[in-house]
Amino acid sequence: MALQSLDIAKRSATTTEPPQARKTPQVAKLIDVSQCIGCKACQVACMQWNDLRDEVGNCAGTYDNPRDLTDQSWTVMRYAEVETDRGLEWLIRKDGCMHCEDPGCLKACPSPGAIVKYSNGIVDFHQENCIGCGYCVTGCPFNVPRISKKDSKAYKCTLCSDRVAVGLEPACVKVCPTGCISFGSKEDMQERADERVAELKERGFTNAGLYDPAGVGGTHVMYVLHHADKPGLYSGLPADPAISPTVSLWKGVTKPLAMAGIAAAALGGLFHYVMKGPNDVSKEIEAEVDKELEGEK
Amino acid sequence: MIRDPSDLQRYTASERANHWVVGICFILLGLSGLALFHPALFPLTYLFGGGTWTRILHPFIGVVMMLFFVVMFFRFQHLNRMTDTDWQWVRRAREMVNGDDHNMPIQGKYNGGQKLLFWFLALAMVVLFASGIVIWRAYFSAYFGIGTIRLAALLHAGFATLMIIAIIVHVYAAIWVRGTIRAMLYGTVTRAWAKQHHRAWYRQMTGK
Repeated sequence: MALQSLDIAKRSATTTEPPQARKTPQVAKLIDVSQCIGCKACQVACMQWNDLRDEVGNCAGTYDNPRDLTDQSWTVMRYAEVETDRGLEWLIRKDGCMHCEDPGCLKACPSPGAIVKYSNGIVDFHQENCIGCGYCVTGCPFNVPRISKKDSKAYKCTLCSDRVAVGLEPACVKVCPTGCISFGSKEDMQERADERVAELKERGFTNAGLYDPAGVGGTHVMYVLHHADKPGLYSGLPADPAISPTVSLWKGVTKPLAMAGIAAAALGGLFHYVMKGPNDVSKEIEAEVDKELEGEK
Repeated sequence: MIRDPSDLQRYTASERANHWVVGICFILLGLSGLALFHPALFPLTYLFGGGTWTRILHPFIGVVMMLFFVVMFFRFQHLNRMTDTDWQWVRRAREMVNGDDHNMPIQGKYNGGQKLLFWFLALAMVVLFASGIVIWRAYFSAYFGIGTIRLAALLHAGFATLMIIAIIVHVYAAIWVRGTIRAMLYGTVTRAWAKQHHRAWYRQMTGK
């Protein structure tokens, strides 16, 4: 279901260049964690727009519900009570796909066109090409993709690529009552974040900052954090996410090396046969054995 | 069916059948695995009914292969113990590959190269089976941490590659040494073949 109004900049399991004559501005969603009140309107809007209905879960003693991302919950609020030098703080983070500029899921995916990155930066799963292997889960540095138990396809936030393609903002942005989530060009969002970070610093959050991790080439979902020096406080947001070296090795040099090794073995065999000839039984031994058999008779 | 009463029985019918089950599984696993390993080979999934079917079938074929390999392992492991002569053979293997086997030490049922291949395949099967379980998303991946899964994916690809290369060598050796393939087809080899390539086994079988 490639969106014709969005060009594809990167395509899983595809080694040739994608079409890239048209240029689209890079988009980003900015989540200002310091303004989030944890109302979950974004979760509801996500369910409504994407026609998702998760199972009604259980209360586990926190506000987290559902407790984790699922194939039916592409965004969840994570509530962390942490002690900082400012006392007890309630840090609420809207979790979901970060839309990495260098997506680990796309790198790991073996099925051509199951994962694409549009030219505007949105990373999208195309379930009709998904084979359900779960390699995207293996590749993701943020633990985001979820495999459905029902259809074995991978699902995650699409950044409402269908809405963005026709000039609308993502559903969660539309519905956020505090203006904590905004959407626009990545440049504009970075500027907005800078302003907000300056405000927070003025108010005493000296470590406030923008979360746009360079290890994955930057992300198209960014956070303004009051404690940008300790992203881990926000329910385990990774401090320096990057595609794991194991995944890079697996999906990088191993592939050409393996192909070369297999080809060398096969061609080596052929040329050995052609150049050295087969290993036949020698005439001498055949004669010896014939004599032995004569003797038996 | 007996072709020549003087031929030597190298494999029983059941050993041959066992080997072919493992061989067929290997071919299916190789094709489906390579399809999911390199984008250029993804079209191989059409042989299995598409990408999703390839993903579903591959691990089950792996389980069948492992079961039959274990049986084969216990059938042949006592014949594959490395001896000093075997190591001598391995050290001289280059001469033989270059076309001169006059200085090769006398070999029993299996030569040093065959034995090393046997042990390497056993190791590869263990690694591939274990790592395959870890990356079997539908049933088992949930029980393992992400670091383990990533390592398993890498090991699975690496050992599969080495195993494919090893099997290419295995099959080529059988083609190169004429008169060998029939041992796996109908179980017998000629006496001359045995005397040429596995003289100690020849003596054991014929008393000569």
